[in-house]
Amino acid sequence: MRNPFAPFIAIAKSASCPPRQPYPIETESLTLRNYPGDASCPKTLQDASPNFAPQTQLIETTWLKTSQLTTPHTRTRCVTRSVRVAPRQHRAFRPAPGLIQEDSAVNAISILVLTAALASTATGQPPVAPFETRAALASHGRIDDLAFDQWKRLGIQPANPCSDEVFVRRVYLDVIGTLPTPDEASQFLSDQDPDKRAALIGRLLARSEFADYWAMKWSDLLRVKSEFPINLWPNAVQAYYRWIHTSIKSNLPYDQFVRQLLVSSGSNFRVPEVNFYRAVQSKEPQTIAQAVALTFMGARAGNWPKARLDGIAAFFSQIGYKSTAEWKEEIVYFDPQKGAPGPAAVFPDGAPARIAPGQDPREVFATWLLAPGNPWFARNIVNRIWYWLLGRGIIHEPDDIRPDNPAVNLDLLTYLERELVASHYDLKHIYHLILTSQVYQLSSIPRTGDPQAAANFAYYPLRRLDAETLIDAVCQITGATEEYSSPIPEPFTFLPEGQRAAALPDGSISSAFLEMFGRPPRDTGLESERNNNPTAEQRLHLLNSSHIQLKIQQSTKLRMLVQARPGGKPRDPVDRIYLAALSRYPTDEELKTVAAYFLSVQGNKWPAAVDLAWALINSAEFLYRH
Amino acid sequence: MATVWISRREALYRGLFGAGSLLLAGAAPRPARAAAPPPKAKSVIQIWMWGGPAHVDTLDPKPAAGYDYCGPFAKPIPTSVSGMEINELLPLLARQADKYSIIRSMTHGVYAHETASYMVQTGRRPGERLLYPCAGAVVSLLRGYNAGYSGLIPPYIVLTQPQGRFSENGFLEERYRPFATGGDPAQTRFAVEGVVAPGVSDQRQKDRRELLHNLNTLEKALTHDPGLQALDETERQAYELILGDAGKVFDLSQETDEMRDRYGRNTFGQSCLVARRLVERGVPYITINYEGWDTHRQNFQVMRQKLPQMDRGMATLFQDLSERGLLSSTIVWWGGEFGRTPKVMWEAPWNGGRNHWGDVFCALVAGGGFKGGHVVGASDAKGEAVRDRPVYPCDLIGSIYELLGIDPDAKMPNSQGLDVRMTPTLADGIKMGGRLKEIM
Repeated sequence: MRNPFAPFIAIAKSASCPPRQPYPIETESLTLRNYPGDASCPKTLQDASPNFAPQTQLIETTWLKTSQLTTPHTRTRCVTRSVRVAPRQHRAFRPAPGLIQEDSAVNAISILVLTAALASTATGQPPVAPFETRAALASHGRIDDLAFDQWKRLGIQPANPCSDEVFVRRVYLDVIGTLPTPDEASQFLSDQDPDKRAALIGRLLARSEFADYWAMKWSDLLRVKSEFPINLWPNAVQAYYRWIHTSIKSNLPYDQFVRQLLVSSGSNFRVPEVNFYRAVQSKEPQTIAQAVALTFMGARAGNWPKARLDGIAAFFSQIGYKSTAEWKEEIVYFDPQKGAPGPAAVFPDGAPARIAPGQDPREVFATWLLAPGNPWFARNIVNRIWYWLLGRGIIHEPDDIRPDNPAVNLDLLTYLERELVASHYDLKHIYHLILTSQVYQLSSIPRTGDPQAAANFAYYPLRRLDAETLIDAVCQITGATEEYSSPIPEPFTFLPEGQRAAALPDGSISSAFLEMFGRPPRDTGLESERNNNPTAEQRLHLLNSSHIQLKIQQSTKLRMLVQARPGGKPRDPVDRIYLAALSRYPTDEELKTVAAYFLSVQGNKWPAAVDLAWALINSAEFLYRH
Repeated sequence: MATVWISRREALYRGLFGAGSLLLAGAAPRPARAAAPPPKAKSVIQIWMWGGPAHVDTLDPKPAAGYDYCGPFAKPIPTSVSGMEINELLPLLARQADKYSIIRSMTHGVYAHETASYMVQTGRRPGERLLYPCAGAVVSLLRGYNAGYSGLIPPYIVLTQPQGRFSENGFLEERYRPFATGGDPAQTRFAVEGVVAPGVSDQRQKDRRELLHNLNTLEKALTHDPGLQALDETERQAYELILGDAGKVFDLSQETDEMRDRYGRNTFGQSCLVARRLVERGVPYITINYEGWDTHRQNFQVMRQKLPQMDRGMATLFQDLSERGLLSSTIVWWGGEFGRTPKVMWEAPWNGGRNHWGDVFCALVAGGGFKGGHVVGASDAKGEAVRDRPVYPCDLIGSIYELLGIDPDAKMPNSQGLDVRMTPTLADGIKMGGRLKEIM
């Protein structure tokens, strides 16, 4: 068995570790305080210890097992060794028998080496409260191994791990598009379970809001819109949206989801998935083919050479549309009366298609796309999910996959593709892998000015909240509601009070707020249609419109939050507002600022509470994912 | 959108007529279209007389028709333009007659509020598949942010309440919708939406802004993030409007008391003053939504109360714009959705009121290239029908577009791919009387 002290020995041997600034040690980390750089090579840690500086000595280790989903195809489980150090105490270290996993020892140790190496090359900047944690980076699995390797290769210093405060808000918003409630936030923050992050991820993936939020994202991609230029019409929109929502809720395997969209025939009301062939700006085969390529291959077929575009368009040249006696019903079907494509049908990889007489060419295309080994199918979706969660695709932009737009980390992308296939196209498995990784859990404070850092996911990127998420968050905090209505069909449709913007099925049902904040019109299905750039008009609206002011000022929910409760401390109301808006407790400095503000307001303190809620809602920390 | 198939002969006819119809391949070649007319006006102030003002009680008096028609307003007054007489309660306007022209033959034949409003504001008949944008939204489209207008004060402003769904941006995007200020300029503090938060004093605005700046924990940790720097810039711009100079256009305490008194210390008068200030600021389209003209009952009492206000506000506006050299580049357009019954309804339950009248009514135009001192068209002896020179809403709107340098026959740019023109054409089957060439 390899010497478990090998990593320490390696560090001791390494000449590239000059004495560092002391930085704090945690039970979860493997950083060593005041590591000496010029120690000679010890054979055991006990031997090594006299060469450590007086403060740096081992007193105890515990094994921690990180929470990691294991699939049948990955045998290794990452284990992290923790070290706690105290001054001037030697104690022999003996691993408890059976704790080292034989088959993972090599992995574990290489990871320890990497981690230690990384820790020792840290710039020494202390973690920034309350956004970062004092723990060192640790690999939680293969995603991290591949990312860590890349950073090391490129010499990029990644950010520190994010704190629980940042994590809880971030993961709620990224997974279910909803702020945690104050109770959810405080419960998470006070939970001592070392596996709480993974447990939270599991719970969020199972929540009903997951289906709402991701049905919204898929509806953007699939252009679920009643009016011009998509013209699905409200009945079909409702049916289509419900189908998408149900598919996500029941975690329909992705290959089946795509197959149904590609090969179904029937009524737009009764077989909702056929709306895929109606939610396009024109029913020409070229346009449909471009929609297929964009949605399921992540490629912009409009930029392909003409021959290639014609080749794929041929598969969609026998789609028929006919209306019925029912108002706005349309049947989408395979129409053999339109000429068979014959040799014109060529797959995007150049291979000619063989279509049997009387066979629906869409079936042939679907079989090709969903075949194992198809280079586009799994790649597109895992890259998109990475983009949705991390703000930037491994191939970026995620709907512009082309040979001259390479992946920034091909091994990482390939790993995710294999995981998807191995899990039988379970998208939630990919979500789980990404969310539990260290890469996803970095803070948003970059530790390097390297221009490649962002593209290599060396920190979590700041992004403004989506329009729907933002208005839903403001309504959640204040207990207010928005009114949504549709002018078609007449008489108008008024959606029930309490309708969340994320759950709006129709791209044509909107509001001035949503349009101002960049909600996509759902005309093209491009990811770039959503515009989250901040504008002065948006800022003015949040700062001073009666729309937002009234929500805060008239909020009974906020009033109850700030009311003193028996046995409570003076800081409790401020804590509660912070938990509601920012999902964390205020720092000492913030408490001082707020206390001073409250003192400066004479008489009734409600306006001061309104101003505090207003300030938090208008802060960058609220408006941005971080 | 409908494709219109027309014969070659009709195409030629229309080509000669110059209305710019939807010609298709195979039709006769039409004369080369003139380039867009050179603009004379930069801004429009629309005084929207909500409810429909009685035409015979304002700008088209009919004393000869007898008491049953003119009621107590039997003695109209002459204006500074010989032959032009207006209601006796408008003496100040009478002295400014050289600045404006009256159209006495407006017509559309619609008697319902919303339908008539839509017609007058858009020039189109309702009931088509499309909801058309009103003139203000079109001006916002073509003279607003797309044309170099900048700043947080929107290019199409309504003082102070919005007019309603059928008089707004139609099929154009939300950003061309009118911005209704809310509030009341006659109050001490004109609480303009987004600029002044009611119940929040300037001091509180400053205090809470400071609180916002002090609670900047994330920004302190991320001083170099370009996204946050962009966010900072948006905040600076927003406060320019809330506390800074940009928002001062709505602050009437910057005007002297004397000026404010000249306009009249009421909502309408002060709105006219705000409109002048907005024109100075370069806002292309301002609507003063002047409410309360739907005088089914108490017509004469309401007229006695409101006409002096209207008189003072409008006359001062003309004089003020003229003195500042702004009148030649500012169109002022007065009118409502229709007129009112020329024969007074003395019987219960009206007891001296007037109902709606869409067969003939009045409008007034001034400035921006319109000649003053003219009367266009005429109604009959009782004010019940058009006698000469009918003027339809699309004629008036088209004239305004022309003076703004917008080609009324050109295609309206829109993101819906619709093939529509700025104003209706003969192909749309709408009656037209021709643009107001006689006063342009």
